[in-house]
Amino acid sequence: MSFFEMGGYAGFVWPSYAITALVMVGLLMVSLRELRDRERTLAALEAARDSTRLGRRRRGESGPGSAA
Amino acid sequence: MVLPGRLGTMGRSWLDKEGAAPIMRPYKSSWTMHRFANPARFSRLSRALLPWCAAGTLVTLALGLYFGLFVAPADYQQGESVRIMYVHVPAAWMALFIYSGIALASAIALIWRHPLADLAAKASSPVGAAFTFLALMTGSLWGKPMWGTWWVWDARLTSVLVLFFLYLGHMALLNAFDDPLRGRRAAAILALVGFVNVPIIKFSVDWWNTLHQPASVFRLGGPTIDPSMLWPLLLMGLGFTLFYVSLLLLRIRSELLAARIRVLQIEAAGGSAADAMATPFGAAPHA
Repeated sequence: MSFFEMGGYAGFVWPSYAITALVMVGLLMVSLRELRDRERTLAALEAARDSTRLGRRRRGESGPGSAA
Repeated sequence: MVLPGRLGTMGRSWLDKEGAAPIMRPYKSSWTMHRFANPARFSRLSRALLPWCAAGTLVTLALGLYFGLFVAPADYQQGESVRIMYVHVPAAWMALFIYSGIALASAIALIWRHPLADLAAKASSPVGAAFTFLALMTGSLWGKPMWGTWWVWDARLTSVLVLFFLYLGHMALLNAFDDPLRGRRAAAILALVGFVNVPIIKFSVDWWNTLHQPASVFRLGGPTIDPSMLWPLLLMGLGFTLFYVSLLLLRIRSELLAARIRVLQIEAAGGSAADAMATPFGAAPHA
């Protein structure tokens, strides 16, 4: 089909589109994965913090200095 | 006030103003007056805007690709190879646009110490580098059949290559220091110093004898490109821009989380509140 042959320039046109798509999708996937990883890490850190004595004090369960 | 989801306590610690430890005050005046310096507020904005930006990206790219590949005619000189223009030119536009954005964000970060500006610059850098790479690569693939060469050291190509190195330098500086704030400051200075390259790139085809063709869209006297080709090109440009905005919303949110993680890790390792507040994203008021 003449569309895929791109008037003889297929070897230049299609790699251009392919590499553009690859890089853009790749950027998106890396960014999403980084975001999910960081959300998970933050949740774990917040949970660990809340379960310590410091966390209990923050929640106003005991002691002075907790202005929650 | 507690936000739903995993950002619940993060939102709470930023919004609590009563009981803020006195040591927080030196940072308060410089950034709490900026509305979206509040990370929880930015996250809400990001979540609200993202679906629209993502949908807009998909629609404009789909339309641009359809019109560019199927409807627009071949060029009378370049034949079907002109279709590379619909990815090459938007990528080059993004390379320049993003660098300009980084320079602006860097100026705001240095002058007003706005932490979101810092993070916007950091989040944008790899995206700009990727688009610069794409501009160079697709340009090469277009140059080989049209000019007979993959590369030539003319003013336009050389200055875009320099732009690519500036992006890489920016990214390297961001990660070169133990204290992320110093890295962001150094990178901001590089971004501003390198900004002179942007007008050089833009006017290179006028100031020097270049193999690269002169401007055919953004020029005095209006575009010289046929509307049947201009509209797909503009659609692709808009699509790439919306893609960048969507990505930026995600990446800034990610940087905010990373800053918060760093604070908690320092705290957990036994650092004092003062240690944790070495960055603008200080510890929770209760230390």
